[in-house]
Amino acid sequence: MRKLPPNIPRPTTAAKGLTGAQAFHDSAWKHVRGQARYIDDLPEPAELLHAAVGQSAHAHARITAMDLSEVWAYPGVVSVMTIEDVPGHTDIGPVFPGDPVLAGDVVEHVGQPLFAVAATSHRAARQAARLAKVSYEPLPAALTAEAALDQQLFVRPSHTQLRGDPDKALAEAPNRLQARMHVGGQEHFYLEGQACLVEPTEDAGVFVHTSSQHPSEVQKLVAEVLDLPIHEVQVEVRRMGGGFGGKETQAAPLACISALLARRTGRPVKYRMARYDDMVQTGKRHDFVNTYDIGFDNDGVLRGADIMVAGRCGFSPDLSDAIVDRAMFHSDNAYSLGQARVVGHRCKTHTVSNTAFRGFGGPQGMMIIERAMDDIARHLGMDPLDVRKRNLYGPGRDVTHYGQTVEQHVLPDLIDTLEASSDYRQRRTGVARFNKENPVLKRGLALTPVKFGISFTAKHLNQAGALVHVYTDGSIHLNHGGTEMGQGLYIKVAQVVAAAFQVDLDRVKVSATRTDKVPNTSPTAASSGTDLNGMAALDACEKIKQRLVEFAAETYGVSADSVRFENNQVHVGEQQFGWAEFVQQAYMARVSLSSNGFYSTPKIHYDRATGQGRPFLYYANGAACAEVVVDTLTGEYKVMRVDILHDVGQSLNPAVDIGQIEGGFIQGMGWLTTEELVYSDEGRLLSNGPATYKIPAVSDVPPDFRVALLPHSPNREATVFRSKAVGEPPLMLGMAVWSALRDAVSSVADYRYSPPLDTPATPERVLQAVTATERWVAAQEEPSCKNA
Amino acid sequence: MIRFYLNGQLQKLNQVDPNLSVLDWLRTRKRLTGTKEGCASGDCGACTVVIGSPAPEQSGQLRYDSVNSCIALVGSLHGKHLVTVDALTREPAHPVQKEMVECHGAQCGFCTPGIVMSLFALHTENAAKGSVPDDDALLEALSGNLCRCTGYRPIIEAGRRACVQTWEPGTGNAVLSRGRALSDPAGMPSDNSAPGLGGIAWLQDPEMIADLLSAQRTMGELTDDHGYRYDAPVTLEALRGLCRQFPEARLVAGGTDLALEITQQLKDLDHLIGLGGIEELQAIHEDEDGIYLGAGVTYRAMFHKLEERWPHFGPMLERLGSRQIRNRGTIGGNIGNASPIGDMPPALMALGAELDLDSIDGTRRLRLEDFFHGYKQTDLQPHEFIRGTWIPNPTADEKLFIYKVSKRIDDDISAVLGAFWLKRDGETIKDCRLAFGGMAATPKRASGAEAALRGQPWNADTVAAAITALELEFEPMTDVRGSAAYRLQVAGNLLRRAFLESTQDTTTTNQPLMVTDYA
Repeated sequence: MRKLPPNIPRPTTAAKGLTGAQAFHDSAWKHVRGQARYIDDLPEPAELLHAAVGQSAHAHARITAMDLSEVWAYPGVVSVMTIEDVPGHTDIGPVFPGDPVLAGDVVEHVGQPLFAVAATSHRAARQAARLAKVSYEPLPAALTAEAALDQQLFVRPSHTQLRGDPDKALAEAPNRLQARMHVGGQEHFYLEGQACLVEPTEDAGVFVHTSSQHPSEVQKLVAEVLDLPIHEVQVEVRRMGGGFGGKETQAAPLACISALLARRTGRPVKYRMARYDDMVQTGKRHDFVNTYDIGFDNDGVLRGADIMVAGRCGFSPDLSDAIVDRAMFHSDNAYSLGQARVVGHRCKTHTVSNTAFRGFGGPQGMMIIERAMDDIARHLGMDPLDVRKRNLYGPGRDVTHYGQTVEQHVLPDLIDTLEASSDYRQRRTGVARFNKENPVLKRGLALTPVKFGISFTAKHLNQAGALVHVYTDGSIHLNHGGTEMGQGLYIKVAQVVAAAFQVDLDRVKVSATRTDKVPNTSPTAASSGTDLNGMAALDACEKIKQRLVEFAAETYGVSADSVRFENNQVHVGEQQFGWAEFVQQAYMARVSLSSNGFYSTPKIHYDRATGQGRPFLYYANGAACAEVVVDTLTGEYKVMRVDILHDVGQSLNPAVDIGQIEGGFIQGMGWLTTEELVYSDEGRLLSNGPATYKIPAVSDVPPDFRVALLPHSPNREATVFRSKAVGEPPLMLGMAVWSALRDAVSSVADYRYSPPLDTPATPERVLQAVTATERWVAAQEEPSCKNA
Repeated sequence: MIRFYLNGQLQKLNQVDPNLSVLDWLRTRKRLTGTKEGCASGDCGACTVVIGSPAPEQSGQLRYDSVNSCIALVGSLHGKHLVTVDALTREPAHPVQKEMVECHGAQCGFCTPGIVMSLFALHTENAAKGSVPDDDALLEALSGNLCRCTGYRPIIEAGRRACVQTWEPGTGNAVLSRGRALSDPAGMPSDNSAPGLGGIAWLQDPEMIADLLSAQRTMGELTDDHGYRYDAPVTLEALRGLCRQFPEARLVAGGTDLALEITQQLKDLDHLIGLGGIEELQAIHEDEDGIYLGAGVTYRAMFHKLEERWPHFGPMLERLGSRQIRNRGTIGGNIGNASPIGDMPPALMALGAELDLDSIDGTRRLRLEDFFHGYKQTDLQPHEFIRGTWIPNPTADEKLFIYKVSKRIDDDISAVLGAFWLKRDGETIKDCRLAFGGMAATPKRASGAEAALRGQPWNADTVAAAITALELEFEPMTDVRGSAAYRLQVAGNLLRRAFLESTQDTTTTNQPLMVTDYA
């Protein structure tokens, strides 16, 4: 530039908003004023068309005829297309093939897209899409994991992890229990439905605005369906109105269909799913059927375990291989299983293809061992907390069933602290007294831990890139491969950059994630957003700082180690320059003020052939104590108090971290309580809107809700400023509510019986558990039944 | 033509598809995208706006209510003041916005405009009354706003803090009321001290109110090029005429259910008659025998009247829909809709309520239970409309129990609703009426169980006999809200609960009987 901007000096005080500060979300003020733009809020380009798809009415069928003439004829319709009209790839499976962009001859779930419509309004497109006349020849459909297991229908091969000789350990254990349970799935219910806006470019390529956690994958798949090189497709994600894993792979089909319609019509196309379509057409959390066979000593300590986890994957692999793997990796939760076998099945069903959801199979895996902990306690007449504490990993019992050594033992002390701060023992006495006195309402109490492995289990995804520019007024532009879905990633990484240069946070601007700024990115998933992108941004900053240090040392004749960045200044020997002033000096001396940055996670590996390795760089930990009250007449319940203590290492932003913990807990509680996915016998989703699918509402928040971060707990691994990932782990704190519900029901049998309680533990299932417990009590009182 | 105000600006609409929701009108016609669509079914609150209506009880001022704009039809705006988040973009920020930021109450931000508007309505209402809402009022105000990110705790905190502050646009930053510290961990003031009204003059602009009142005296109408019509009569006489002339036209009051045909089933309804402008339909008459609720009386408006007569209406109405729904939904709509899972009909049937059906030929009165013929089938003739319902007052020997059971406590449709009216002579049941929702194709009396109770002593054995009778006379269905077995088991247990509740004070313990007592 010819003329530098005026350099307005700032006071030389400590920089504000660095790592550790409770900075507001970068869009907070826009959020509260309705000025944060989501896809459907973007200014609409001229000639915009709106997309919708026709949906399969059958779970599994051959399409014998499809008459689209009425669709074409509907007022406002501009184009209609089928799979025959796709110029490039027709399969958009993210990892393995199996996801046709539009159905071919065979449909494999109710709601599967058959054809796509472009019309001049959103309503016209949706109305037209319902007018197709489709003839089907129904084929046999497997709708549940159980059915798929019976028929050995899998989307991917089963996998086994083995440590020691579990069969021998089980045979020799003083106590042995077996159980089977069903763990329900979960609809993401991001408040912003799936959406994208695709504009044709002058080079026959497309520019894609999408609400996706994985812009690079959207870019690749759009290029493939259009038969273009990847560089003809640009993808931008400014923000999502919630993601939770539901926009990791599920945003791509919309972008592909929109791009195809844009190609056909030469006009921009917006595809925004109405809530009903979103719930029917997009994947959810896998439900699982899990079993355990456990052996334990008379103190309740596990000697051996034989565990099976079987996820209902739906009709295609999607991410299910890795999801069932993660369920296997977490079927121990925080406990040493002893000699163990863990088998994981990927069940193929004729239902929508299930996908990533916060926890990625981990929560479903953990449920089986948490059930086991309660069952051991009832069997031996112990407090479930004591059983849990005795089974925790610790020195000498620190190797998991997949061979990773647990190196940082956070949980024993964390649980002791929470046990004391939540007043667990005294409240246990109070609960018992209440239950003796009250014939109808029963209280329950539980304290459950979470240990969650951090890293993508697909090793190559553990990499990230960033781009940092310093401008001549001292302002800094930051871009990285991570996407913002509300989790506060942008502000956290901005805080990392501010800390790197020791300048005020308001110097740093984060811009929308774009594939032409940082290429080949990994999805913002696996809780890794900050770990990966924060380190990549730090790397970019360090490169720029290195150049600035060299420039300062050379220009002012000082040693490199006498150049320091602090208090919004650069200290060069005895001299001090304001940040912007120094940046201008460097610019005039022709020093590059821009750099990319890169990071790849060290240490991790996993050998599928042996089922052993170190898939995780470290573990995140936490624990929750929940108290509930249950109505034994109706099964209704209320969560009364929850105490949480969670380990986020050295927090980058305590307010954001607390927000993730509170939100994760409530989401996990919803998953295990009121959020019930109900399908008809024909495989049609009946809980297809918020009227029938009930996520927690404001009154479901425990009236007494205490959340704290574990103090003085820096990550032992060299993560960004020794922080720990926080996105997924808190979801599993919700298990405490489920365990407390079981505890309350068990009180009906004076804690001698461990009632089965599949999830979600709706009032109906809780009442079934009450009834089962009452029957057990009745059977105990009638000696003749004991022999039955 | 319809005439209304949007954020203080006069709007006149004529050629508009009456199937258009307020939300779609805002987003697609005005390109005001601050208000979000989360579900288009009135269940998530992302689209919450605030609607000001002339309120005679507030000396001609406008009363502001939170409303789901996704299921409010554009024709219903006639004579109203629509306020959206777009009105709150100037400095200084509203206290609700400031506290939402400072409490970290927004994460993804998509539900946030709706939450801001629900809290804005609460703040405005309390500022007008000079009161500070307690936590129950705060949770009720937010009952229709789903947030999937935060877990609500920081939103509740923001609401507590904001409601003790005044909003004075144009006078600098929002100020704390009486120097109360923001860091006060309890958040709530110890006394009920109130912030002043503040400079929110534009919400109560006298010229706008006068104009709205004049709009409300004239019939509103919309047409579009498809020939779709929306008529908004302002007198009963005009309504009778329209019903005679257009027997196929659909009547719409709050629209909380009817609008779903438009937004979910994608139907284009060709003729709608809006009932919101007819004053007589909103009227409540009381005498010593009972209370008469006009068909257009909202849940919100009837709440206290019913609760003070029959206390069990309180907890039930608090759980019926959300605040936004209770601001719009009407008793006539709930009855006329004839859903087997509507919450009012079983309670009113248990009370022996009567219904007035009106038409150009006059008014006829019938027992509410005779109104329901089958699934969504009623006695209403094509040219008739529901005029109102008469509900008797209790005598000393009568008691009404209403129990709602649903998967989620707030804003959920009942799996089962049991309503039991008992008239006792000492320990003997002189008379009773038991009615259930969710147990049959219509709201239905349990005549067998009633017979098992009538004339019998009110004790556990009698209750057990009544439950046995229930199991014989009901064959509920299994659906997404519950299985047949669950419904039957719960229906019986609700009778058991009524027995326990009515005899509780004679037992040694006096513990709460319902988990909602802990809410």
